[in-house]
Amino acid sequence: MARLKTNLYDVSKCTACRGCLIACKDSNQLPAVMEPFKGNYSTHEDTNGNTYTIMRFIEHEDPVDGVRWNFLKWQCMHCLDPECMKVCPKNAYTKTEWGATLHDEAKCIGCQYCSYACPFEIPKYRKHTDTVTKCTLCVERVEEGLKPACARTCPSGALTFGYRDELLQQAEARVKFLRANGFPRATIYGKVELGGTNKIYVLTDTPDKFNLPVDPKVSANTWVWQDWVRPYAGWLIPLALAGSAVSFVTTRLLADKNDDHSKGGHE
Amino acid sequence: MNCKITRRQLFKGGGVAVASLSMAAGLGFDLQATASAVKELRIKNVKGIPTVCPYCGSGCGLLVYSERDASGKFIKLLSVEGDPDNPINQGKACAKGSSMFNLREIYDPETGKQMINPKRVQKPMYRAPGSEKWEEKEWDWMLDKIAEKVKDTRDSSFIHKEKIADGSEIIVNRTEKIASIGGSPLDNEECYVLTKMMRSLGVVYLETQARLCHSPSVGGLAPSFGRGVMTNHMIDMRNTDCALVMGSNIAENHPMGMKWLLHARENRGAKIIAVDPRYTRTAAVADLYAPMRSGTDIAFLGGMVKYIIDNGLYLKDYVVNYTNAAMLIKDEYDFKDGLFVGYNSEKRSYDTTNWDYKYDASGTIAKDETLQDPHCVFQLMKKHYSRYDIDTVCRITGTPKNKYLEVLKTFCATGAANKTGTICYAMGITQHTVGSQNIRAFAVVQLLLGNIGRAGGGINALRGENNVQGATDMALLYHYIPGYISSPTSSAANKDLLSFVKAVTPGAAKLPATTMDEFRNAVKAGIPYSGWKVNTSKWVVSLLKAWYGDAAHKDNGFAYDYLPKRTATKDYSHMPMFEAMYKGEIDGLFVNGTNPVVGGPDANKEQEALTKLKWAVVIDLWLHETADFWTYQAWERPTKNDNVKTLSPKDINTEVFFLPAAAVYEKEGTAASTGRWVQFRWKGADPVGESKADLWIYNELEKRIKKLYATSTRVEDEPITKLTWNYDEHPGAEEPDVLKVANELCGFNVADGKPVEGFAKLADDGSTACGCWVYCGATTWKDGKFLYKTQLRQKEDPSGLGLYPNWSWAWPMNRRIVYNRCSVQPDGVTPWPGDEKRRLVWWDPTKPADATKPDVLGTWAGVDVPDFIKGNGPASPAFKDPFIMLPEGKGVLFASSKGAMKEGPFPEHYEPWESPLEPIINKQSMNPATKVIQPDKHGKSDKYPIIATTFRLVEHWQTGALTRNLPWLAELMPNMFVELSEELAREKGIENGQNTIISTPRGDIEAIACVTKRWKPFILDGRTVHQIGMPWQFGFKGYATGDPANRLTPIVGDANTMIPEYKAWLCDIRRA
Repeated sequence: MARLKTNLYDVSKCTACRGCLIACKDSNQLPAVMEPFKGNYSTHEDTNGNTYTIMRFIEHEDPVDGVRWNFLKWQCMHCLDPECMKVCPKNAYTKTEWGATLHDEAKCIGCQYCSYACPFEIPKYRKHTDTVTKCTLCVERVEEGLKPACARTCPSGALTFGYRDELLQQAEARVKFLRANGFPRATIYGKVELGGTNKIYVLTDTPDKFNLPVDPKVSANTWVWQDWVRPYAGWLIPLALAGSAVSFVTTRLLADKNDDHSKGGHE
Repeated sequence: MNCKITRRQLFKGGGVAVASLSMAAGLGFDLQATASAVKELRIKNVKGIPTVCPYCGSGCGLLVYSERDASGKFIKLLSVEGDPDNPINQGKACAKGSSMFNLREIYDPETGKQMINPKRVQKPMYRAPGSEKWEEKEWDWMLDKIAEKVKDTRDSSFIHKEKIADGSEIIVNRTEKIASIGGSPLDNEECYVLTKMMRSLGVVYLETQARLCHSPSVGGLAPSFGRGVMTNHMIDMRNTDCALVMGSNIAENHPMGMKWLLHARENRGAKIIAVDPRYTRTAAVADLYAPMRSGTDIAFLGGMVKYIIDNGLYLKDYVVNYTNAAMLIKDEYDFKDGLFVGYNSEKRSYDTTNWDYKYDASGTIAKDETLQDPHCVFQLMKKHYSRYDIDTVCRITGTPKNKYLEVLKTFCATGAANKTGTICYAMGITQHTVGSQNIRAFAVVQLLLGNIGRAGGGINALRGENNVQGATDMALLYHYIPGYISSPTSSAANKDLLSFVKAVTPGAAKLPATTMDEFRNAVKAGIPYSGWKVNTSKWVVSLLKAWYGDAAHKDNGFAYDYLPKRTATKDYSHMPMFEAMYKGEIDGLFVNGTNPVVGGPDANKEQEALTKLKWAVVIDLWLHETADFWTYQAWERPTKNDNVKTLSPKDINTEVFFLPAAAVYEKEGTAASTGRWVQFRWKGADPVGESKADLWIYNELEKRIKKLYATSTRVEDEPITKLTWNYDEHPGAEEPDVLKVANELCGFNVADGKPVEGFAKLADDGSTACGCWVYCGATTWKDGKFLYKTQLRQKEDPSGLGLYPNWSWAWPMNRRIVYNRCSVQPDGVTPWPGDEKRRLVWWDPTKPADATKPDVLGTWAGVDVPDFIKGNGPASPAFKDPFIMLPEGKGVLFASSKGAMKEGPFPEHYEPWESPLEPIINKQSMNPATKVIQPDKHGKSDKYPIIATTFRLVEHWQTGALTRNLPWLAELMPNMFVELSEELAREKGIENGQNTIISTPRGDIEAIACVTKRWKPFILDGRTVHQIGMPWQFGFKGYATGDPANRLTPIVGDANTMIPEYKAWLCDIRRA
């Protein structure tokens, strides 16, 4: 297996300047999505079709540490064994040799089953392309030997890019350092979660303090889809899933048979 | 770009990627499929064009990538990202820097299609008196009309001669009916032609954003060290052992500074301390956070001075040799009940005669190097701060005692010889009625700890505008002319050139010289206690030669009469300017890239003042709040308040001329970063529509004004008719040549027009011309060509300290860390013990200082350019005087009458104008030297019990004009909000996300509540007091909107510089 390349995101260095968020928009040519301010610096509560990454701002207070303001850059985790890829009826998802989970908009029919299947609900529907979208780990940049836009712009050094094995070693050393220097609950996230993700986080506290699932789980439905439905997608879906939570998906899939996606004329 | 093209490219790109992926066969992935999803990199094989970020003063480099046709013609932007070669940011960019694409182009939210940012104005716009709308106009029509307005207003209000106090009449050449504000986002060359144009018209109401952000930096740093500048520079923060971030939210407002502090922490174990009323993004990553009530910095720092002295933590050799600690002060000096000797309570000012040194019979300042004499500065200082014990300080500041002690212990450890500590500050320090003294308090602390003039040390004034340093250097401020020389006043002491140079050269006022020749000889012979400023006459005459060319000659005092003379006792700064405007005393206003309807204090009043103008010229990229002050929208308010007028367009007769300006990367020029690095920015894109560079605008306007006066023979029009103005690329050219401006600005020899190689070579005999002496040395003649050193992009750093001597150019004379003589011990050679690596300069007795005199050995050398007179060796009496710009040559602990501060020689704590507290440490409440302008709008704590402050966000910049019009930034911070503690929210029944109304006597605003654990109530003198904070960057225009916080802030200023007290005032808050 080729060596995996990924981002290491060390929250202990992050100042939440959000340069990464905008560099992502610039690199991926994404329009702004305006939402009103609701009392938290993180205007968007979640990623959306035109916003592949957001910053979470989470406040905590306890008698020992006092106030802590935790920042978390949030985007696709590029799972080593991605659910989105397993469930996509059009095989729009692929994995690059170095570990990016890639989504091909040309194949996508916008059914959004990947969104339901993703343990983090990352892929999001985008109206103007009628597809789902998500972080690409800036594959076109990485293929040219560049860093992803977010890591490239990060002023504080919180985001770095490199070989996953090396970054994991760095992360382990960093966690050790942090545990000895005021952050006894510091931990790595993404090393073992979901069998490993191709985004590595160094957290200064337990994952729940960053609104991360402590033990993320794959949806129980996934295997049904993966093993039974997808192979027979062309004709079995209406029977298997009519009326279920994923009926939207099937509707899209059927619609796809008749619309112009396959002709490539959709704008 | 549409999807079709994308998909075609996608396949094309796919083919290339597949080939490179052939190694990966057998992975179990469908590589063909992978490759087809990979888009082609848009910026592949595209050369990025370097520019410098237009937001904060860090000076980050950015690369502009664009699509061009075969002939090189610009088509559209592709991307803008950090410049990896620029050593300041190394390719990094914060939210603002990363959003630069949006400054010109955006992606449509509905279709994703790339388009010009619709908020950019593409044609000149005119608003007629009483009109409800803008009309598009042609440039020629606009510029001709403005030139006529300028002429009419000037001619009808011009004061050519004036009677002065002694009954004589002098030439003053000024008009008080035209005013100009702004300029700090412009390039240096633009600021320079603006200052020159305005002064030639006789404008004395001339102000820039510096007044509202860092005027106290000059007001506090210049009297302490000689120059009002950031002592070190951005990258140098990586050399520090400890950073005290106080009055700055560096992680948000100067993210590249934070980058280097984090670098210091990671690589040398530096500690980062955040002192702020609010737990900020800086506090979140700091090692130590201490809350402090707004407006109590001097109490906080006064306690630090006491702690340093009581515990013997000062660097003794440094203090004795490099500061005025050992100097003796007159016996008459006294301090009682919060007042220094010489106070006049009626005038609210001091007679500073007794804040002076004692001199011995030979005229030298008396000293006691044992620091024991009760009249020496050290002992007086010790006595002064003896009242600032930890308990008293914490009663005032509300800082928990354990946190305060931890700060003291951590930062004062940098007094060790092998340690340096830096102080980083911004508006949290400056925007107070004691702003300049806040900075003086930093100076006292840093001089005691031996942290000035050393790598990793310093007082780092973090400038908030990309070229506010340059705009200040170019003197877009009324009280001095370019290069920090006091501007001439209507007085006997400034009546002609000779009187003027005597008045502005330290120690020269009483010279018997009656001619310039005699004066020159006296200067040559030496004037005691004059420092490097002994050369001022050379800077003045060279400036006049630059402005008036052949018309400035020996026989007419080098056309000194042409300079406008302001009234000495009158204040023309921002607040008095708007007061005058409000009273209808000003007819015409130029608004150059600034937005006082959002940014001015008591913004309701400033907005109303604009309605009293006859005409206004607004130059900007967008129709911001100040351009649109006459619209219906501008007068909407959440509640009715008797102090706030409601007007509509038909009531407002101001004629408004809006001139669309080019964005930063649509033109060329230089900007001086906060660390004084003057960097060139190249043009990376064409201006949008018909927008034009400010340089083009001023050039065209002045040409038209000159044309209107061309036939005049009146002597009072000579300042215009004789003004040199030759910036066109070639005669008849449409575009001005930025390098022509640079040559004049940086100085040339009159004989051959070639650059003067440094300000030491400037002369006062008319042989040199130089628009701003501090920039002299930035240009040179190399290999038969003109070289503007600001364009240098060499990345080597032989010092290993991040000085990068050949990356751009730093004023003065490419010195990267000023006062660097202090980086070695008094002997000039030995580094401070244990600090060999941070030695910047040293005395080298083996080499000559002057290549033309090879047998005179001994010179200053080093890894930085020595901030010292090269040949001043151990034999020179000034050998241990590192502060060459100061008369006494020593760092100033006690500000004597030589460079008097308005409120006293030592910083003393006074409460803000609006305070919930009775004085604790003395008997004065507010700064006794500050004058109150609007007593009727004073908020008292019974009605307004909550302390309020304003702050900035990383996602927005200043008044927001340059960020709220950018969708990507508006998206991240879309609305005005107010931060308050959970305790106060409970008390007031306010929930997170709800709308609130905040009230003061100046007005009311609406803001969304951000209820947070990051604010805590203060316990002050035993009682609980709440403080809230809000960003001041919102207004009614742009994609992100909200009420301007400055509709609440008071009109009251710092006694020295009249910066408004934006940062500490009283209010009340309720649910909307």
